[in-house]
Amino acid sequence: MTFELETAKSPETLRRVAIDPVSRVEGHGKVTILLDDNNKVHQVRLHIVEFRGFEKFIQGRPYWEVPVMVQRLCGICPVSHHLAASKALDMMLGVKQLTPTAEKMRRLMHYGQMLQSHALHFFHLSSPDLLFGFGSDVATRNIVGVVAAHPEVAKKGVLLRKYGQEVIRMTAGKRVHGTGSIPGGVNKSLSTEERAELLKDIYQMVAWSRDAVGIIRGLFEQNLTQYNAFGRFRSAGMCLIRADGAMDLYHGGLRARDIDGKPLFDHFDYSRYWDVIGEDVKPWSYMKFPFFKSLGTEDGSYRVGPLSRVTMCDHIPTPLADKEREAFLAFDGGSAAGATLGYHWARMIEMLHSVESIKDLLHDDDITGHDLMATGERQERGVGVIEAPRGTLIHHYRVDENDQVIRANLIVSTTHNNQAMNTAVREVAKQYLDGVEITEGLLNHVEIAIRAFDPCLSCATHALGQMPLEIAIVGADGTVLDEATRDHRGLTREFGEVREPS
Amino acid sequence: MSNELTFQLDGEDISFTPGQTIMQAAKAAGVYIPHLCWHPDFPAHGSCKLCTVKVNGRFGSSCTMEAQAGMSVENRTAELDDKRRTLLQMFFVEGNHFCPSCEKSGNCTLQATAYELKMMSPHFDMFYPDRPVDASHPDILLDFNRCIMCSLCVTASREVDGKNVFAMGGRGILGRRIHINSESGKLADTDFAVTDRAASICPVGVILVKRKGFAVPIGERQYDKTPINEQVKEPTA
Repeated sequence: MTFELETAKSPETLRRVAIDPVSRVEGHGKVTILLDDNNKVHQVRLHIVEFRGFEKFIQGRPYWEVPVMVQRLCGICPVSHHLAASKALDMMLGVKQLTPTAEKMRRLMHYGQMLQSHALHFFHLSSPDLLFGFGSDVATRNIVGVVAAHPEVAKKGVLLRKYGQEVIRMTAGKRVHGTGSIPGGVNKSLSTEERAELLKDIYQMVAWSRDAVGIIRGLFEQNLTQYNAFGRFRSAGMCLIRADGAMDLYHGGLRARDIDGKPLFDHFDYSRYWDVIGEDVKPWSYMKFPFFKSLGTEDGSYRVGPLSRVTMCDHIPTPLADKEREAFLAFDGGSAAGATLGYHWARMIEMLHSVESIKDLLHDDDITGHDLMATGERQERGVGVIEAPRGTLIHHYRVDENDQVIRANLIVSTTHNNQAMNTAVREVAKQYLDGVEITEGLLNHVEIAIRAFDPCLSCATHALGQMPLEIAIVGADGTVLDEATRDHRGLTREFGEVREPS
Repeated sequence: MSNELTFQLDGEDISFTPGQTIMQAAKAAGVYIPHLCWHPDFPAHGSCKLCTVKVNGRFGSSCTMEAQAGMSVENRTAELDDKRRTLLQMFFVEGNHFCPSCEKSGNCTLQATAYELKMMSPHFDMFYPDRPVDASHPDILLDFNRCIMCSLCVTASREVDGKNVFAMGGRGILGRRIHINSESGKLADTDFAVTDRAASICPVGVILVKRKGFAVPIGERQYDKTPINEQVKEPTA
């Protein structure tokens, strides 16, 4: 992979456009773009500029507190962190096999999480861009605008997410930041009433999830050239895979393919992930840059998440989603499967798979069982890997003989995708910003590329249209030449309105 | 009965026997007076001041003040609850109380009392005291971050267990803390046992049985279904 546009040759002669903050993800995100006098793009970087420090402040805490504490990393996908930490600590406790009830309750929780997160990501956060157009009026480019213009789409999105939240509440105890999964098992199973409550609406959810796949397919058909080209780049990929090669979002071995789709490793035991994955550091971002060790830091970046999972698995083990996977891969000669916006299509296929999996689990009597905990022979360390909504999530802990965590390493999905998101942002800047006058609508294209990967970077913008955004064009000597700001009421000051001297 | 001893608590007649404190009489009658350091099994400590009531117009600690026939006691008035809320806020900022990841959440007297008194924020600046965890004991974890200096563990260990494992020591808001009575200062070097009365006396999340955290699901914890003011007659841990 080339890192063109990562570092300009003579940055001191260029002016700088900053999107700051993009929004929160493990801290604030910021995009900087360096332009010359002819608006030609010379450098684009996605910076993650705030330090979170969970790996540090978990040190010294008792291990059983970890799954509850670390899930606070995120308000959208806390279940993923809750479960990845639990899996790591299962390993530390020497638990090789959970009880059937515990494993199925955790899977149910995870699929509920996938459903609510994917629905939120697609309907609430990304559909405004897709339904109204990338540079459409910022005043209506939000979920409220979708409710007004496409009430049926908005209703399905809201109710799909709500159903997922209910699954989480019944498995974890709360819709956000629950306690259901504990090292060695779970603390509850489903009651008969809870099971009946969820079964009541599950077939409606299956139908609506199929509709959702149809929506994104229709958008691709209508905007084929634009969608295929938008921020497109070739990349290596990684995901968890079941022993038979099927998609498994909860457990499996690691599968990786290079930029040409050739296998790098397969069914790799993730408890030694550091043998195949390294973490590079760059001076301009607090977020690390993971890479495949066999390819090195320059060529070893990869992408994770729905697009990698759907394109790299051999099949999806639920029938409706697998049929959609085949259609996705066959679409236009496979073009969508390599597109950055193909993430959304793959995401909706996964949402359908999650709903189908919830349906199957609800029909399994183990889900109401009472054997919740397993035990084993204690180990010093544990690694837990799960496929979170945005991609592969690695939790790694070492625990001392007093039960205190002494070391923690977390590689979250967004971190795996760091280089990929940077590349997508550069491609979009090259396609849309190079040589033209920059407007809010054009800058939104940059955010759309990020949103394809990660709503954590965009939640404030599209959840309520309230993301504060400051764009400043800075001269080579550091003076602000022009700026635009947007507050919670929308665009309040546009380019060209000269800033009063302070 | 004409010879029954009573006093008025928020306008309600409360019976008592000679020698009973206002708190004891109120509990026997099923009336909740907010408190933290008082426990029915032990002598009153009188340190948290949360049980302050107004007796005939003057402030007093209901856990130490003996009931007298005919006295008029104010308890759940806006004025007193406001002061109690302020006291609670001071408890929260003096320690490191992070309810969201605390395993005592849902079973914690401090948290339940804060809900009861509708404390919405800590209000004051946090002190963030440095209070290292003692995880040396094989069965018990001591997380001093949450200590409210009620000294119930000191009393329980000394009076019931006959071990004298804990002591209050130090001076000042950041210096005062629970000490462990061993040369190393570590719990592992005492004869403390998980079966001790002191192991289950802590009203907050300091003295914790290891490897049990979060085993009880949300919805089944002590204060999930019934608020603390409706558990007056329930046995206190």
